[in-house]
Amino acid sequence: MLAGTIYISFLGALALLLLPRRSTTAARVLALLTASAGFAIALTAFLQHRSGELETITRIPWIPTLGIEYHLAADGISLCLVLLTGIIAIAGVLFSWNIEQRTREFFSFYLLLIGAVYGVFLSYDLFLLFVFYEIVIIPKYFLIATWGSTRREYGAMKLALYSFIGSAMVLVGLIAAYVAAGAKSMSLDSLAGYPFSLHFQMLAFPLVFVGFAILAGLWPFHTWAPTGHVAAPTAASMLLAGVVMKLGAYGCLRVAMTLFPLGLGPWGFHLLGLGSWRDVFAVLAVIGIVYGALVALVQKDFKFVIGYSSVSHMGFILLGLMTLNQIGLSGAIIQMLSHGIIASLLFAVVGRMVYDRTHTRELAALGPMNLNKAIPFAAVTFVIAGMAGMGLPGFSGFVAELMILVGAWHAFPVLAVCVGAGIVIGVVYIWRAMQKAFFVGDAETSAPSQLPPISLPERLGAVLLIATSVAIGLYPQMLLRVIAPALNSPLFDGLRKGGWR
Amino acid sequence: MNTTTYSQLLHLVMPEVIVVLTALVTLAFDLLFLRNYRTRVRFTVAATLASAGCVIAILQLMLAPVQSNLSDGMFLADPLTHLVQAALLLLTIVTLLLSVDSTFTEHVGEFVLLLLLATAGMMFLVAAQDILVIFISLELLSLSLYILAAFDKGTPQSSEAALKYFLFGGVSSAFLLFGFSLLYGLSGSTNLTQIASAIHTPLNPLLVIAIVTTVIGFGFKVAAVPFHFWAPDVYEHAPVPVAAFIASASKVASFFIFFQVMLLGFPQIAGSAAWRHFVNGWVPLVAVIAALSMLLGNLVAIVQTSVRRLLAYSAIAHTGYMLLALVAHTPQSLAALLYYVLTYGLATLGIFGVVGVVEKQTGTDRLSSFSGLSRRAPVLSACLFVFVLSLAGIPPLAGFFGKFYLFVSALNVAPGSSGLLWLVVFAIAMSAVSLYYYLQVLKRVFVASPPDEATPIQASVLTQTVIVLLAAAVVLLGCAPHLLLQGIMAAIGPAGL
Repeated sequence: MLAGTIYISFLGALALLLLPRRSTTAARVLALLTASAGFAIALTAFLQHRSGELETITRIPWIPTLGIEYHLAADGISLCLVLLTGIIAIAGVLFSWNIEQRTREFFSFYLLLIGAVYGVFLSYDLFLLFVFYEIVIIPKYFLIATWGSTRREYGAMKLALYSFIGSAMVLVGLIAAYVAAGAKSMSLDSLAGYPFSLHFQMLAFPLVFVGFAILAGLWPFHTWAPTGHVAAPTAASMLLAGVVMKLGAYGCLRVAMTLFPLGLGPWGFHLLGLGSWRDVFAVLAVIGIVYGALVALVQKDFKFVIGYSSVSHMGFILLGLMTLNQIGLSGAIIQMLSHGIIASLLFAVVGRMVYDRTHTRELAALGPMNLNKAIPFAAVTFVIAGMAGMGLPGFSGFVAELMILVGAWHAFPVLAVCVGAGIVIGVVYIWRAMQKAFFVGDAETSAPSQLPPISLPERLGAVLLIATSVAIGLYPQMLLRVIAPALNSPLFDGLRKGGWR
Repeated sequence: MNTTTYSQLLHLVMPEVIVVLTALVTLAFDLLFLRNYRTRVRFTVAATLASAGCVIAILQLMLAPVQSNLSDGMFLADPLTHLVQAALLLLTIVTLLLSVDSTFTEHVGEFVLLLLLATAGMMFLVAAQDILVIFISLELLSLSLYILAAFDKGTPQSSEAALKYFLFGGVSSAFLLFGFSLLYGLSGSTNLTQIASAIHTPLNPLLVIAIVTTVIGFGFKVAAVPFHFWAPDVYEHAPVPVAAFIASASKVASFFIFFQVMLLGFPQIAGSAAWRHFVNGWVPLVAVIAALSMLLGNLVAIVQTSVRRLLAYSAIAHTGYMLLALVAHTPQSLAALLYYVLTYGLATLGIFGVVGVVEKQTGTDRLSSFSGLSRRAPVLSACLFVFVLSLAGIPPLAGFFGKFYLFVSALNVAPGSSGLLWLVVFAIAMSAVSLYYYLQVLKRVFVASPPDEATPIQASVLTQTVIVLLAAAVVLLGCAPHLLLQGIMAAIGPAGL
């Protein structure tokens, strides 16, 4: 049934193209229905999921001569991310209700992207996973280049090329692994079970990991992210931060780390105090956290603040992956959801609620508009989203970052301290942006600017995202219930034997 | 040598005979009855007749799956050659159908005649394992193509391109003939397998010259760097159907015979291009040519402003990828090569179809004339989207699986060792570069807004149908590569390479 999420999205994309040329409302409604149907399927599957089980959805031979199968399967991790995709998809449609220009095409590319993202999360055959992973690149490019703003063609091309270079690295690693394992199967578990030589894993692991991590915004390969986010239309930056960056993190965990667990082991020598790829990536992740936060602190453009905060928060995920302990890894997965929701909410506020009304994103220009009076809903939403982003208790960010910190404390005590500094800076930049954008105007002297009120779709979208974040924050057990058994499944055996502590 | 009667011979070459007869009938019919009709009518009738002939030839190929080898490789008939011949005929039919709307010439009968003669040349070419027959068929193909490239007499650039093509082609033919004559001198035979058994390591200077000149000759046909200079001009200025034909069918035939000659003729002196284990032979030479082609093709394509010229450089880059199959020279890599070159042929034909339509209405193939095409011709743009992304190697289109399989087969030569990994890594890196200029084209089509006075672009029903079918084929072969792969595998098995 879960496979329906993919097919419905693709069919929706096709159906949109067949609508008459001028039917914008029909296009919106159709897109919303499609996204909701996908979400409904994902939610049902999530609720029915028996924890610890790998649920095979479809498994048929695809290219028998090469042993490639059309194999869709879901475990706890993929279910969580599928659910996230469903939520973000609905919110994205709601926040792009005001797209007037070439609406059909917009939502068609949008649903194509969503369908491919579902596909990546549900693929269990690596060839299939790679197919979906590459499909994602193309609609992303057109969404940004056509409907974007500031330097959209540059941002879109940069994003497409970074993604494509990343996936080229992944492709090299996958082909090498496939051939080294005898070219018989591309199935995830059979490749993960194959004992690649230590030498091979040491080379293949960084290649594939970095290939995926480029999309996850790993420092120093993150530069596509802020420009891409800023150039993208609201819905596209929501998807980009919400789910597309998660594809990278998911690939790191699901492919790079399960296939080549020995690649995480010690090199046998030390270089600049680093003794393994694990150390290298953990340090890069922490640099990303601190660097992203520091850069966000000095931005003048509201959207760049959020763009860099994404880099910072994605660093937490990568750090969580590198802790290699149960709590850190679970935290990383919860952070994937948490950041997906919070970042999309922040982008929705900045891109849709503020920018589409004021047509500026300069913090200095926004302040005098007295936005907390003009559009109080936006101000309140941003405050809530900001609190969630800082990691205040009660929101999803708190749970996730706490778990990652605890995991990091076991694995890399020194780095955990640096992360603490990153969190503090995180509070400051959110505070600064909030204050400069919404609360700098003097209510008595300047009258609130006349701006169109916040529309119903925006309210619905914001409430949906906030509710999800709070739900995860208050009751993380509903995710941990399915994540923990998935992390203990045979797929991660190699990782447990390799470096798990 | 076993004796063969003329009736057996006739039976074997029936498909080729049908093609040649069709060519003559079409010419006669056109000149005798249709001289006074409009060009479009003449093209329609001629293309219909010629396509019917090709279809009959395909049927003949499918109905007579004989395994036969005439006079030691003079003429071969096995499932593999039949498959390639059928594919060539299919590409020819598509070219014919796409040329129906053409207005560049009034010599319709001659045009179709030459096209079919080129096809007959290709069919003989792929069925030959004898260097003499190979040379003769190659000349039949090349001479037809030279004339075809010059067919647009109205524009001087067409003649210029054809002259360039002819001069380069003539020199490369001379090289090839020179190499072949040395091979004959060294081995005393014109048969590839006998040549193979007569020559062996260590390399002597004459053999080196023979191999190098052979590679030059074929390198020209497939437009590999540094023998590519004719390609951009011909792609840009030859009539659209001719450029499409040169880029698709002629490429399929040339690559097939290139592979065949190198694999059957020089297996002893292949050498190796594995990293840090270079062994002298033709493989390192081809590997270098492949790397150069990928590098130059992809980098120069970035700065092109003419779509056809861009396609020419992208074709050079694709030649580089396909040469990987020669570097690997295993049966699996032949399967990969065939899959790649066939799907590449389909996508290229499709692009040229769209370019032809746009060029006819806007008068130029500059990138700027594609601005906002998605609003002027939505269906054609959607098809162009498919073709271009297939060339870029984006799944789930045929080009992606072609690349994937090609790279797998190249690495599979020596599993476990780093072997050809350097070349594969280079190829994948270069294909990441290629996305840039492919997206430039698509950006024009989908993102840029159409010029103010723009009117919808109309294509004739036939052209549009053909283009849509090509796009459907590219998608289908990408989603279900097994459909074609199965056939190729089944054909290669008994060929015993």
